[in-house]
Amino acid sequence: MAEPLVHDVLIVGGGGAGLRAAIAIAQQDAKLSVAMVSKVYPMRSHTVAAEGGAAAVIKPNDSLEDHIYDTISGSDWLADQDAVDLFVHEAPAEMIQLEHWGCPWSRDPDGSVAVRPFGGMKNERTWFAADKTGFHMLHSLFQTTLKYNNITRYDEHFATRLLVDDGRCCGCTAIELRTGQVRTVLGKSVIICTGGAGKVFPFTTNGAIKTGDGMAMAYHAGVGLKDMEFVQYHPTGLPGTGILITEASRGEGGILVNKHGDRYLRDYDLGEPLDVTDPKHPQNRTMELGPRDKLSQCFIYEMQKGNTIETRYGHTVSLDLRHLGEEKIDKKIPFVRELATNYAGVDPVHELIPVRPVLHYMMGGIDTDVEGATSIAGLFAAGECACVSLNGANRLGSNSLTELLVFGARAGKGAAQFALEHDQINIAALEAQAKDEQQRISRDYINKSGGTQRIVGIRNAMHETMETNAGIFREETSLKLACDTLSELGERFQDVALDDHTLSFNTELTAALELGYMLDVAQTLVHAALARCESRGSHQRTDYAHRDDEKFLKHSLAYFEPGSPSVPRIDYKPVTITKWPPAKRTYGADSGFKAKAEPEKTK
Amino acid sequence: MSKRYHPTQPWNWFLKRPAYVKFMVRELTAVAIGLYLIYLLRVLATVGNGEAAFVELAGAMTGTRARLLHVLALAAALFHSVTWFNLTPKAMPMYRGEQRLADPLVAFGMGYLPWIVVTILIFWGVCA
Amino acid sequence: MAEETTIQLDIFRYHPEKDEQPYFQSYDVPYKEDWVVLDAINWIKDNVDGSLSYRWSCRMGVCGSCGMMVNGEPKLTCAAFLKDYYPKAIRVEPLENFTVERDLVITMDDFMAKLESVKPYIVRDDVDDTSGGEYEQTPAQLAQYKQYSMCINCMLCYSACPVVGHDPEFVGPAALALGHRYNKDSRDQDTGERMEKMMEHEAVWGCTFVGECTEVCPKHVDPAGAIQQAKAAAAQYYFKKLIMPKGAGR
Repeated sequence: MAEPLVHDVLIVGGGGAGLRAAIAIAQQDAKLSVAMVSKVYPMRSHTVAAEGGAAAVIKPNDSLEDHIYDTISGSDWLADQDAVDLFVHEAPAEMIQLEHWGCPWSRDPDGSVAVRPFGGMKNERTWFAADKTGFHMLHSLFQTTLKYNNITRYDEHFATRLLVDDGRCCGCTAIELRTGQVRTVLGKSVIICTGGAGKVFPFTTNGAIKTGDGMAMAYHAGVGLKDMEFVQYHPTGLPGTGILITEASRGEGGILVNKHGDRYLRDYDLGEPLDVTDPKHPQNRTMELGPRDKLSQCFIYEMQKGNTIETRYGHTVSLDLRHLGEEKIDKKIPFVRELATNYAGVDPVHELIPVRPVLHYMMGGIDTDVEGATSIAGLFAAGECACVSLNGANRLGSNSLTELLVFGARAGKGAAQFALEHDQINIAALEAQAKDEQQRISRDYINKSGGTQRIVGIRNAMHETMETNAGIFREETSLKLACDTLSELGERFQDVALDDHTLSFNTELTAALELGYMLDVAQTLVHAALARCESRGSHQRTDYAHRDDEKFLKHSLAYFEPGSPSVPRIDYKPVTITKWPPAKRTYGADSGFKAKAEPEKTK
Repeated sequence: MSKRYHPTQPWNWFLKRPAYVKFMVRELTAVAIGLYLIYLLRVLATVGNGEAAFVELAGAMTGTRARLLHVLALAAALFHSVTWFNLTPKAMPMYRGEQRLADPLVAFGMGYLPWIVVTILIFWGVCA
Repeated sequence: MAEETTIQLDIFRYHPEKDEQPYFQSYDVPYKEDWVVLDAINWIKDNVDGSLSYRWSCRMGVCGSCGMMVNGEPKLTCAAFLKDYYPKAIRVEPLENFTVERDLVITMDDFMAKLESVKPYIVRDDVDDTSGGEYEQTPAQLAQYKQYSMCINCMLCYSACPVVGHDPEFVGPAALALGHRYNKDSRDQDTGERMEKMMEHEAVWGCTFVGECTEVCPKHVDPAGAIQQAKAAAAQYYFKKLIMPKGAGR
């Protein structure tokens, strides 16, 4: 086996959170060497596909308290309030820092950054770079990392296992795709920033790489995966492809109509619609600017009532942007026009865009505290793969891009500090584990003969059960079926066979490993969903239709059980409530400002 | 360390795309113009040798071959100028506030318009 | 059950461990009207031949992973629709002008080094000081460089550029456009280091303005335009430096 690659801090994942963490460490101490292991070149990380914007309080009409309240109520009170508090406080400085690093934020005429309205937010605070915010953020961060000579990238290195010695995480094994060699990458601390796992579902905005690798690796290392049952359906994805049509299209005034041309959201407690020509349209926290979980649920209700349009890709409603006019569309949401034209064959300036809810984001993930630390010493996590929890049962749009910066930086600083304080690692013990892992991959994949299961068969079956049984509305029987099906798929996966037994750039091997990760993630999701007998945020049970704060105002934790590898053990931990006691979650004109923080106003 | 496949660019790479052919022609027009300049210098040189030398040279220019060469030279110069003017807006973008002025407008203003004006002036100067 | 129509894909194959020379392999793929070439390739890998290697991710034209030659033209395979080729066969090859690792996967190391060589980041003394709020930048100032910031690093331009094919040292369209993007960003205060890099022989002066890079760019970055503007800026900088050696920066 090749020599281990030894650095001070190892970051797994090169998206927004990973890059931000790398910069934080590189800045903290120029003597610290940072290794960044990513299965793709950083510019390909899925942060690149985010469109609408990133939230931070910056304008005089806004307040930190409002952003905090919007986030907590948006989370249906499952967010940890200390996390939300510090997130909102640190967000503006992080966003200004990214601006300084070159992010081309869209501007107001006076040269200050512009903000737009977004779902579930009382005031406009979503910074944007036209409608390619994630793209610009990712490239700005990546290009900034090129300034620091203490960041070493290991591009196209596919991480397979965390190396934990004596209760402390000191590295990972990673397949160098070019050669197929398993490398040992060691660090005095490790940060996982591998993103979410949308590819567990068949219809998703997510790209190919979103397969939950880091979540699964942490899970197998013994860390709990928190709140896995909470997955977000974005209300407006293109039918068929699932390509994302940003919430910004509604922030700029776009409306949703059913097959009768009705703005159907008015029937679902989201306030009263204003006419699109009214200067006050769109109204914040109202109608189309309600929170994502509710909007996706409304679609299902409309479908049940027969008000949706049937297409060859399933039922849809329509997003109407025509009243915005060509100039506004080309200036504020040009990418939406491009995507609708290319992939739906409609020009939104003149035509309605067919849309339907599409799986988009995982609120749940690796259990961390507000410093990004997990239950394993030296192991940190940040970004979509982590669950602090900032987003609780439902995330507000434009909070996650900011989350990458705030918690990426925090995890970076935490990991740097840990590395400085824990200088020694046991290289021999770690190398022995790595050797073990190399042999496992060789035995179970590359050199395995026999095997009757094709990857695509297992993947399709997983997709089918997740879509049918663990979608927007769930209930006990179908969740149990999903649990059983996934157990069976776990067995079938042991029998997987590859066409490709070679080493150089073997993407069938990585597809198989990714399928394994996805099965792990899916299993935690359905078991946690089965155990949560209430409806809260994005987890809706038709058999338990109400929120139950008494029994379930707590985070679920899914732990890997070696004795029953397909059936996680579900446990719980309390939600941190500080100043905002749980209240009714309301949207519409005078929504959500009945329950306020107890002490003085923060701004 | 695995080996890789290293493709090489064929000698006739410029035939691969019409755009490449057009590019080569454009570049070669510079050669054509250069040659014509030498010829023009020769013409100018005869001016100092008296009217007889000039008349002899002018007579040589009326032949079919000479006319053909002149037509080709003119075509090359026109192609060169048109491609140059069309590319100018890319090298010198002009903005009014946030709006970038359309390429054809800039090409006209920075290239075609002065060209037409100068041509008119030359003809007027020659014919007057 | 209706007869399914198919379309043929002829795909470049090369395995460094097995092949001396590359070859083409033909596959018959179900023809679906709204499929893109990437969908067809994924179908092949899932159902017929798991050993086909290629890069892809977002499938919506923003990650830059899936660039390949489709019938001799550099394209994002997630944006090349089967219906534009049907019923003729489609030839898929790795991006031209690059070394091939395996099948449709090209070596990107040089490209990454070239991106890095133009110092593609804001250079400014107070860049890490957020106390003053955001740097002011008017919409007109943003418009000066916005277009050049849209590059997704898909490398189609490197395939289209005959200079890259001829001279592997040429820094190339995307990297030079990126350098220009930072030179035009009003917030940048680099005093000449980036300009020096852009002025090198293999940098802007390697470009002969063929212009095909701009033609194939899926994001309308216009790298050809960026490079010519950078040449003008470089010339200006060079003469300023001659006259005022210390004060030439920006």
